[in-house]
Amino acid sequence: MAEIFVLAEHRQGQLRDITFEMLTKARELAEKANAEPAAVILGKNVKDYAKNLADYAKKVLLVEDEKLENFNSEAYQKVLSHLIKDYKPLLTIIGHTSYGVELAPRLAAALNIPLATDCIDLAFEGEAFTITRQMYSGKVNVKAALRKSESYMVTVRQAAFQAQKPPTPLNGQIVEVPSPLTEEIVTKRFLEYVLPPPGGVDITAAEVLVGIGRGIKDQSNIPMVEELAKTLGGVLACSRPIVDKGWLPSDRQVGTSGKTVKPKLYIALGISGAFQHVLGMKNSDLIIAVNKDPKAPIFSFSDYGVVEDLFKVVPVLKNKISDLKAQKGIA
Amino acid sequence: MDIIVCVKHVPETAEAELKIDATGKGIEKAGLVFDINEWDDYALEEAVRMKEKFGGTVTAITVGPEDSESTLRKCLARGADKAIRLTDPKFASSDAYATAKILHSVIKNLHFDLILTGAQAGDDGSAVVGPVLAELLGIPHATMVKKIEFTNGKAIVNRELEGGLEERLEVKLPALFTVQTGINEPRYVSIMGIRKAMQKEVKVMGLADIGLSENDVGEAGSWLRIEKLYVPPVEKQTEFLKGSPDEIATKIVEILKSRGLI
Ligand SMILES: Cc1cc2nc3c(=O)[nH]c(=O)nc-3n(C[C@H](O)[C@H](O)[C@H](O)COP(=O)(O)OP(=O)(O)OC[C@H]3O[C@@H](n4cnc5c(N)ncnc54)[C@H](O)[C@@H]3O)c2cc1C
Ligand SMILES: Nc1ncnc2c1ncn2[C@@H]1O[C@H](COP(=O)(O)O)[C@@H](O)[C@H]1O
Repeated sequence: MAEIFVLAEHRQGQLRDITFEMLTKARELAEKANAEPAAVILGKNVKDYAKNLADYAKKVLLVEDEKLENFNSEAYQKVLSHLIKDYKPLLTIIGHTSYGVELAPRLAAALNIPLATDCIDLAFEGEAFTITRQMYSGKVNVKAALRKSESYMVTVRQAAFQAQKPPTPLNGQIVEVPSPLTEEIVTKRFLEYVLPPPGGVDITAAEVLVGIGRGIKDQSNIPMVEELAKTLGGVLACSRPIVDKGWLPSDRQVGTSGKTVKPKLYIALGISGAFQHVLGMKNSDLIIAVNKDPKAPIFSFSDYGVVEDLFKVVPVLKNKISDLKAQKGIA
Repeated sequence: MDIIVCVKHVPETAEAELKIDATGKGIEKAGLVFDINEWDDYALEEAVRMKEKFGGTVTAITVGPEDSESTLRKCLARGADKAIRLTDPKFASSDAYATAKILHSVIKNLHFDLILTGAQAGDDGSAVVGPVLAELLGIPHATMVKKIEFTNGKAIVNRELEGGLEERLEVKLPALFTVQTGINEPRYVSIMGIRKAMQKEVKVMGLADIGLSENDVGEAGSWLRIEKLYVPPVEKQTEFLKGSPDEIATKIVEILKSRGLI
C-alpha cells in the first residue's frame, strides 16, 4: 500500500507540535486515498521518538546518523531523496516551519515532485490532488490543483490541523533504515543555536496586552498607546514590523517568530492579522481589534471589532478608563 | 563581490480592498499600488551594503510585466548597478517554481558570488523561489537569514527559527540566501540616486532570449494551477462595535467592566 509520509520535526530534544498535526491530517487523507500514514524521523538517538510516533502511524521510518544530530537541509535532502525514491510515497507532508521552508522546495525541485507550500487544507479529489492556501496575507484563500504526478509534496501551516490521537494506537511498525549519508556535508554546516537576548519584559506573563502594528505609523505615536496600556494595568506588545523598525525590542513581539501569549485581554491596534501574528495571540481570553480596514483578517479572530482610525479611538478610550478609575478611587 | 538580488513587484494589500476578478482566479489589480516586495527591500539593502563594504556590483533582476520596471528603477536608485527584466506573455500564470526556472535560465550565465532573494513574496507567500533557484544552480542556500558575515571565502549566517530562536550556519560561497525582514534598515531613495538611476539601462529579455521552451514556463511549467480564489471563512464571529469614537470607547469600557478587567 502506498504511504503518506509525514516528516517528524524535532529540535533540542523535543518533537514539535506540528508533527502531530500533520500525522492527524495524514491519517484522514490516507483513509480516502487507500494509503497508509508513515512517519519519517531523522536524527541521532531518536528511537524514543519513533516509539511515540508509532501510535500515530502505520509505519515509522527511522534513520539515525551522527550527521543528523542537528537539522541540516542538505543532509535531510539526501536522506529523504533516498526514502522517497525507495518508497514512492503518494504524498510527503512537511511543516511550513523554518526547517520545512529550508528543505521542501529544494527537495521537490531535485526530485521533480510538484510542491505546494503553506497549505491549510489538502484533498484527494478523484484523479486530482488539491490544496488550499492563502494569498495577500490572509485576505484571500486559493484552491489549487497540483500538476498530475505519482508523488506530491506539501508544506502545511502550523495549527492548520488539530492534532488528535487515534482512537486506538496504530502500533506502527518501526523500520530502521540505514543512513545513506556516506560523507560529511561540507557546503553547509550547523554551528550553534543563538538564544534571544535575556532580560526584558515578559509579555507572556501579562494579563492585559495592548498590541500595536504597522497602523501605528510612527514611533512618536508609541507613548500614546503606552499610556493606554498603563491605564489598563497592562503591557505593550507588537507585531513584527514594529520590532523590525526598531521601535520596540524583540521581547515585545507576538507571533510565530516572537512570543505566544494568552492574556485575559488582547487589544490589537492597527494589526492586519497575518497568521504569523495570529498564531501567537488567538487563544487570548478576550480579543478586541481596532483597524480601519473592515476586511482586515484580524477581525475573523476577534471577539469585538472596531472599524475606525485607532488615533480617534485610543485617546478617548484611555480618558474614559482613567476617569472611571479616578471615580472608583474617590468612592 | 558580485551580488544578484531577485526582486518582485507586488501590490500593497494590507490596507486595500481586494476584489476577486471575473475569472475567479486572480484579484483586480486596477487601483492597487505596487511596490518592491517588503522582503526584497531588505535583500536589496543588504546587497548594497555589502557592495559598499567590499566593492563589486549589484544586479537586480525581476520576472514581471512592464510596470515592474518601477521596482527595478527603485533598486537602481538605491544603489544597484544593473537591472534585468524578464518578461513575456508566455510567463503569465507562472508559479514560484516556473519563476525560479525563468530566473535560473538567465542567472546561470552571469557571474556572481552571492544571490539574495526575499524570504517570501508578500502576495503569494510561497517561500519557494530562492531554494529552488539554488537547487537549479547547484549552490548551497539558507533561508530566513537575519545576519550575514564573511570569513575565508565562507559565509556565516544566522537563520531565524521559531519563538525568537536562531541558528548559526557556515555556508560555502557562492550561495543563495533568502532574507528575512529586520536584517537591516532599508535606506530611503535620494534625489541623487533617482537621477543616477535614470541613466542606467534596464535590460529586457523574453522567452526567446533565455533558452527555455513554452512548456517550461507559465501554467504548463508550473507545479500549481489555481482553481479559484475566495474570501476566507471567519474563524470567530466578531461583534462590530459601531458609533462615534466616543460611543465605541464607552462600549469597550462596558465590556471591560463586565469582564472585571477594569
Ligand atoms: C517566517 C515569518 C515569521 C513571521 N513572524 C511574525 C511574528 O512573529 N509576528 C508578527 O506579527 N508577524 C510576523 N511575520 C510577519 C507577518 O507576516 C506580517 O507581515 C506582520 O504580522 C504584519 O504586521 P502588521 O499587521 O503590523 O502590518 P500590516 O500587515 O501592514 O497591517 C497594518 C494594519 O494597520 C491598519 N491601519 C493602518 N492605519 C490605521 C489606523 N490609523 N487605524 C487603525 N488601523 C490602521 C491597516 O488597515 C492594516 O490592517 C512573520 C513573517 C514571516 C515570513
Ligand atoms: N517574479 C519574480 N521576479 C523576481 N524575483 C522573484 C519573483 N517572484 C519571487 N521572487 C523572489 O523570490 C522570493 C520568494 O518569493 P516566493 O517564493 O514567491 O514567496 C521573493 O522575495 C523574490 O526575491
